Amino acid sequence: MRTHTLSVLVENKPGVLAHVAGLFSRRAFNITALSVGPTSDPKVSRMTIVVDGDSTPVDQVHKQLEKLVRVLKVTELEPEEAIERELALIKVRVNPDLRAELLDVATSFRASVVDLNPDTIVLEAVCSPGRLDALLTQLARHGTCELVRTGMIAISRGGETITDDMDSAPPELALTH
Amino acid sequence: MEVTGAQALVRSLESQGVDVVFGLPGGAILPAYDPIRSSSLRHILVRHEQGAGHAAEGYAWATGRVGVCIATSGPGATNLVTALADAYMDSVPIVAITGQVPTAMIGTDAFQESDITGITSPVTKHNELVTDPARIPAAIAEAFHIASTGRPGPVLVDLPKDILQAQTTWSWPPSMDLPGYKIPGAPEGSLIEQAARALREARRPVLYVGGGVVKSDSAPAVRELAELARTPVTTTLMARGAFPDSHPLALGMPGMHGAYAAVAALQECDLIVALGARFDDRVTGQLASFAPKAKVVHVDIDPAEIGKNRRPDVAIVGDLRTVLTDLVTAMRAEIDANGAPDTASWVTLTDGWKRSYPLRYSQEAGGPLKPQHVVERLSALTGGDAIVVAGVGQHQMHAAQHYRFTKPRSWINSGGAGTMGFAVPAAMGAQIGRPGELVVAIDGDGCFQMTGQELATCAIEGLPIKVLIFNNGFLGMVRQWQELFYEERYSEVHLGTAIPDYVKLAEAYGCVGLRCDNAGDVDSVLEKALSVSDVPAVVDFRTHDAEGVFPMVPAGHANDDIVLGPEFTAAEQQAATRKEVI
Ligand SMILES: Cc1ncc(C[n+]2csc(CCOP(=O)(O)OP(=O)(O)O)c2C)c(N)n1
Ligand SMILES: [Mg+2]
Repeated sequence: MRTHTLSVLVENKPGVLAHVAGLFSRRAFNITALSVGPTSDPKVSRMTIVVDGDSTPVDQVHKQLEKLVRVLKVTELEPEEAIERELALIKVRVNPDLRAELLDVATSFRASVVDLNPDTIVLEAVCSPGRLDALLTQLARHGTCELVRTGMIAISRGGETITDDMDSAPPELALTH
Repeated sequence: MEVTGAQALVRSLESQGVDVVFGLPGGAILPAYDPIRSSSLRHILVRHEQGAGHAAEGYAWATGRVGVCIATSGPGATNLVTALADAYMDSVPIVAITGQVPTAMIGTDAFQESDITGITSPVTKHNELVTDPARIPAAIAEAFHIASTGRPGPVLVDLPKDILQAQTTWSWPPSMDLPGYKIPGAPEGSLIEQAARALREARRPVLYVGGGVVKSDSAPAVRELAELARTPVTTTLMARGAFPDSHPLALGMPGMHGAYAAVAALQECDLIVALGARFDDRVTGQLASFAPKAKVVHVDIDPAEIGKNRRPDVAIVGDLRTVLTDLVTAMRAEIDANGAPDTASWVTLTDGWKRSYPLRYSQEAGGPLKPQHVVERLSALTGGDAIVVAGVGQHQMHAAQHYRFTKPRSWINSGGAGTMGFAVPAAMGAQIGRPGELVVAIDGDGCFQMTGQELATCAIEGLPIKVLIFNNGFLGMVRQWQELFYEERYSEVHLGTAIPDYVKLAEAYGCVGLRCDNAGDVDSVLEKALSVSDVPAVVDFRTHDAEGVFPMVPAGHANDDIVLGPEFTAAEQQAATRKEVI
């Protein structure tokens, strides 16, 4: 699957998430992940949307998103020019014989143990989605019994920022119709 | 100054220049109806909120101004949904104002609560639930701004009852807060030059004129461009009237029921200049085989339309009004520098198609009354000067094909959504927007029965619209598909011609009711209807029940598979299919 990552700045107002999500279902766009969080500006939220590029015309997603009145800015992040991260919490059943091996796997993925019980542990992993998938494959042998992922967030490498060419001037007021 | 939220709403509408609103009150919107009484707004009390929505659309189509409709919460608001969806598909600028249950009760399944912003979000350009009375003026100003600028469309403002009742301070104009709303600026000049060059160099160009030309009021510039570039012109269902049908370069309507010359010209051309058109499936037929030899210049104000269905060679995002002015200038310069375009043999070819394969039907004396004949007589008697409003179905296609349009904003219909029931309320809105002009609804018997109750509104308001019911006793368009694609297995399409009795029904509604069942009487009955000046005139035309709409490109087929219909011989059909192109 070829995925594309869109970073989207939206006004932090009620209903905006519903509008964005509604757009995806209405236009039959397939998304594989969506995460939302605040930015340094309390009036603005940032979404990271991962689109399935095989089934969905990414250019249309981009343009249709930009048409939403509460959407401020849409940029596509190329994987090679972006840092991509996802946080996962993974509950794994511990077989006493394989306990050491399990902890080795965690260490090599820099996942840390955040909860420890006689027969389960909870690992916290922060890495790129690809690496996270690899970790999960390794853990599958041990019996992953619960998994929660945040969905990916991403930021561009280098000095550019998403707000660089944003025009903050308010639109002209048209009083006649 | 201290006012209630409701007063702020009414003052905002007044300040926005609104003269008429279409609506029907109820509990949640009640506070707004009190200040309406003493305002300068003319309120038209409809019989169903769908009628208010379509009336606002008709008003907007006819005038170019924003149409306004008002409904209460819950069922009142949901009754607007069809009209909002219709306006969204056809980019019609309307503002809908709905009451909502008080803010404290939102989410509790309160009486007549519905999540109307949630319900309408996929069918509005924008919507907002207002939760602060101080925001009402800005919310209204923003709604009108968004509805009427860029690619126009419907906007809904939802107003909880307590917000309408609360006290707030009135001031106007408000400052709008729309940091994410983008209207495309002027396109690069080099793109316009590329378009002009492509037009001059093309040997077989076509202007594919869509609804955007009407909305941007740029019909005169299209004519100038067509004449300069000596380019034949097709006008889509959304653009009928944008180029006069009598013009030698007019090819008529393209698409599923388009004129042969228009369909064939798009298939065979080497350049399409798409102006405010969106390569809709009803125009392109099977997309992969549409206009296979054409380069495409696509001009549209909505960037998302560019490349959505057909990848253009020159993409111009901008307001057609300015783009066309610039394009005409660039075309002049191009011609001055490099000579006039050489399209003579192409125009000869398309002229030949128009002559060989015209829209054809036969009205036999004493035979069944043909719907095409009624449209043709209406066209002749009105000199192409009427504002024609259509429902959805065969009668709509016959009207679009056979009325000879002379000017923009004289054709109003439901194109993208195909909403049965559009005609009567939209005609009412058009008549209110353009009083003193002749407004004629051409409606189907099926369509009429969906919203015909607005005749009561029209009669009480003294609106002299004409409603020509093409009473074929069938859901004719569906019947035609069953005839052609289901081997004449007719399923649930028969309405019967006798019930209701449209003459009596018209009279019951305080309108003039007339009936016509033969070709010989068409002129006199039409003249009688046209002479009624104080109430609606309704004519029950008993039209041929088995008449089809042709030409026809079957759904999903290539445009090259166009079927001319029963009025053409097998040899003609064969020659049309095997068209020879230079
Ligand atoms: C609200 C709605 N329901 C169903 C349809 C499907 N439909 C399209 S045309 C048509 C028949 C319309 O019948 P009538 O108004 O009698 O027009 P005719 O085709 O007979 O001229 C129907 C049912 C529609 N377009 N809109
Ligand atoms: Mg019918």
